[in-house]
Formats: sequence, structure tokens, C-alpha cells
Amino acid sequence: MIDNLITALGAEFVQLSLTPIVIGTLAAIACALPGNFLLLRRQALIGDAISHVVLPGIVAAFLVTGTITAVPMMLGAGAAAIIAVVMIEIVKRLGRVEPGAAMGLVFTTLFAAGVLFLEITDTSSVHIDVQHALLGNLESLIWFDAEGWGSLVDPAALATLPPQLPRLAVVLIGIGLFIFLFWKELKISTFDAAFAGAIGIRTRALGFALVVATAVAAVAAFDAVGSIIVIAMFVCPPASARLMTNQLARQVGWSVVFATISAILGYVLAGYGPGWFGSPYAVSAAGMIATVSGVILILTCLFGPQRKRTGQQAEA
Amino acid sequence: MSSAKLVAESGKILDVASKDAPLTVRGLTVSYGNKPAVFSVDASIPAGSMTAIIGPNGAGKSTFLKGALGVVPRLSGEVRIFGKLFEDARDRVAYVPQRASVDWDFPARVIDVVLMGLYGSVGLFRLWQARHREQAMECLKRVGMSDFAERQIGQLSGGQQQRVFLARALAQNAEFYLLDEPFAGVDAATERAIVSVLKELKSEGRTVVCVHHDLSTVAEYFDRVLLINVRRIAEGPVETTFTAENLQETYGGRLAATHIDELHLA
Repeated sequence: MIDNLITALGAEFVQLSLTPIVIGTLAAIACALPGNFLLLRRQALIGDAISHVVLPGIVAAFLVTGTITAVPMMLGAGAAAIIAVVMIEIVKRLGRVEPGAAMGLVFTTLFAAGVLFLEITDTSSVHIDVQHALLGNLESLIWFDAEGWGSLVDPAALATLPPQLPRLAVVLIGIGLFIFLFWKELKISTFDAAFAGAIGIRTRALGFALVVATAVAAVAAFDAVGSIIVIAMFVCPPASARLMTNQLARQVGWSVVFATISAILGYVLAGYGPGWFGSPYAVSAAGMIATVSGVILILTCLFGPQRKRTGQQAEA
Repeated sequence: MSSAKLVAESGKILDVASKDAPLTVRGLTVSYGNKPAVFSVDASIPAGSMTAIIGPNGAGKSTFLKGALGVVPRLSGEVRIFGKLFEDARDRVAYVPQRASVDWDFPARVIDVVLMGLYGSVGLFRLWQARHREQAMECLKRVGMSDFAERQIGQLSGGQQQRVFLARALAQNAEFYLLDEPFAGVDAATERAIVSVLKELKSEGRTVVCVHHDLSTVAEYFDRVLLINVRRIAEGPVETTFTAENLQETYGGRLAATHIDELHLA
């Protein structure tokens, strides 16, 4: 009897919750990894910018192709991200303003254009709306054909996994490899770009590659989890991790841990938390994951071992 | 110091003759926006010399170094390092940027920064090994910082940070050292430590160039000067070039006559 219950719960968990949790975790880590370097380069806003401009790209791709299949969506989002990076560079140079101002100008304009696009064109037949863009549809990424843990080794069932899962897995492996293979170069050029240039590291190309990795993570994660998680995961886990350690490798490790905790705990709290307070409704998983990452940041600000480091800085 | 004079004299000959000098610059112009920071500067640094680059604030001293190494784009000009393009002579050069140009809050320990100087000997897609750590520790010892290897760089004083930067350059084991204001904002002990390391490098036959601010120590530390104020004013041995006349031309009215009197000029 009890065995049956566990099996039943297991089957339901695998079918309804396992894939969203795994997808949420993959998305969170894929964003947190490049986020570490963006944060240290004081470019954290670029993740924010890219995740916003994805919206007009997706709408434009829909208007051109008339479908919401993955490939044109991702191409549209990728194109929009590149256009945004170029526009930021143009505004920065022609307007002679600081990068943050240029980013703020470009991404709010493009996001607004995306919303306008949505309003004035007929997208009512498909599921793209502002709500979806912000919060994604993590809860809907269920695994219909799963019958329990055994499905994990069943090729037929595995073939019906939500496509976001393998896609994000590939993206995460790609980003992980990029950071692993170019670890020295990323570390040196992030700390001291002039020195890096002098010893032959191609700092501009590397900076561009980092932005591309960021864009790929943002676009892949956006489809599954929406821009709220993307923005939160670029910043919160790396920022929390920075307060835990004074070594870059450990910071990256901590950021992966915090991203994972945020995704799993956030999903569970969103799905089951309201029930604990007697509410029959669940809250948005994406919103809760972002909230958990924010709470972790607050906790590390209060208790992280390196939180006081700036106060210890010796005078010049 | 007779040895310094000897090098300076041989330096004069090399100025004209040697095509393989550590640094030869012709007509270097670098511009930020519309205004040139460095305009058509020539320079020729002979091997084994110690040269101070001197000039008022905003005169383009740092920009000259960065332009020569291609860290900032050149508008025009030709640069040869040991007779080659910088790209082909990179591993013979160590560049020490201004200490204030980096964020010392970066998550790294002292040893991590010194290890960056060994980048060239690690290899693509590979990580630092134990032997690199040993080499880095040796370099820290030379600047008197071996006790600080595990210290977070944000906890160092300005002088200690500068020594770490110098240790990173030592790790590069280069023939030609270019330092941007290595004595800016450092304590007296650090200044002595740095000078002694630089003189050591020189005695090993290596070449040193420093952007330098303190006119009162020029004659003591260096054997050559390059005076810059956007344009090149003068270049040559301290004995003949570090003169009141040249300084007046370099600094204009900004250098009081009484100040000049205090310097031990040639």
C-alpha cells in the first residue's frame, strides 16, 4: 500500500515536476556561469539588456514565418540580441555616454517596440504575450509520456522529453566548455584588460564571445523560463557567490550551487508552498525562483564571509 | 656612477645604429576623441638602459607606452620591438600597467595575480601547474612579498599591490620591462624595493622604461630620460638631457624655477 503510494507519487513527480525542475536548473546555471564574468566586468546590465530585446526578436520572427517553432524564434531572438549589442555600441560612441546609459536606452526602447509589435499585430492565435515573455511557461514543460523513474532509461519516453531540456543541456555544455577552455584568458582579461592585451590575449574577441555566450544563454532560457529568471540568474547567484569567497574558481562554483538551489527550491515553493498555507493555487515558478535567488543574495549580504571586504581595503 | 655613464654613452651610439633596440618608435600618434594625446613622438630605447619617461600630467606618458604596445589603437606611427613588430616579440616584453587601472576587489589572491605573468608558459586550454606556483613564489620572494601569497589582493596596501604587479612582470622573465608609474602612491620601503629590483634587472642586461613623476629621483634611479608633452621634447642620457632648459620646455610655466633649483640637474 505504502509502496504503491510512493510509486504513484514518483510517477506523478517524474511526469509533472521533474522536467520543469531540471529545465529551470539548467537555465539558471547557463545564465549564472557567464554572469560571474559580466558582474566582475561591471557589465551585469548587458544580460538584462539582451533578455529584454529577445521579445521584439521573437515577435518579428513570428510575423515573418507565421509559426512559433523553435528555430525561427531563436534566430529572431539571436538577431535582435546582435542588433541590440551593435546599437548599444553606436549610442555609446555617438552619444559619448557611459555603457550603462547606452544599454538602458537601447533595451527599454527595443522591449517597448516588442510590446507595441505584439499589440498592433495579430498574435492572438498563438501563445505569445507579455506575461509569457516575462515569466515563461516552466510549469507547462511536463513530460507526458513518463510513467515513473523507469522512463529515464526508456528511449521511447525519452524521445518525448520537452525539447527545451536537451536544447538547454547543449547550451549549458557549450557555455561550460567555453569558460573551462578559456579560463585563463577570461580571468586575466577580466582582471586587467591592458595587461591581457599586452601578453597577447585577444581581449576584444573574448569580450565579444562572452556577450555571445550571454545571448545564447538568454535566448535558450527565455523560451523556457521567461526573462525574469534570466535577469535574476545573470546577477543574483554570481553576486551571492562573490560574497562567499575571494577566489574566482570558487566563486563560479558557488554561483552554480546558488543557481541550483534557487531553481529547485523556487519551483517546489511555487508549486507546494501556497498549499502549506491552505491556498489551492500555485504561484509562478519563474517568479518564485527569481525570488529565492534574491533571498539568497540578501542572506549572503548579511552572513557571507566576504561581505565586509570593501571595508578592509587598504588605502593607496 | 660610472657604469650608468658607460651605458648612457653606449646608448647614444645605439640610438643611431641599432635596428634591434628594445624599442624604436617613429611618429607615434594616439588620439582619444579629437585631441591627440601623443603626437608624432619618436623614441629609441637602447638595450640595457634605464629610461624615465617624464612630463606633466596629461602629457601622454602612459598613452605613449600603451600606444607603443598596441594596448590602445595608434592613429599613426611605426613601432619596433627588438626590430620586430610587437606581435612577434611579445614574449620578450613585460608591461606593468598603472596600479589604479584595475579593480583590486577582484576575487583573487596575490599568488593568482603573479601566476598571470606565467600565461605564456602554460599553453592553450591548459591550467597553471605546481611548477608555475613555484616560479610565482620565487618572484614574490624577489619583491619581498612571499608571506602574502595567499592574501586577498583587496587587503593589500598600495605599495604591496605595486610589488605584486612587479612580481607578475618578473614572472614573465622578459628582456624589456615597461612600467607605468611604478612609484605612484607607494611607501618608501616599497620604492626602495622596486628600485633595487629594477637595478637588478638592469645589471642582468635587461632594459627598463618607467613612466616617472618624481623629478627629484630621476638622476638617482635612471640613466636616460624621455621628456614628453604630447610631443617629444628631448631624449637622451640624464647627464646631457635632464637639463633645466628641457624641463622648462616640457613643463612650461607649471614647474616653478625654485623647484628646478632643487633638482640635481646636469
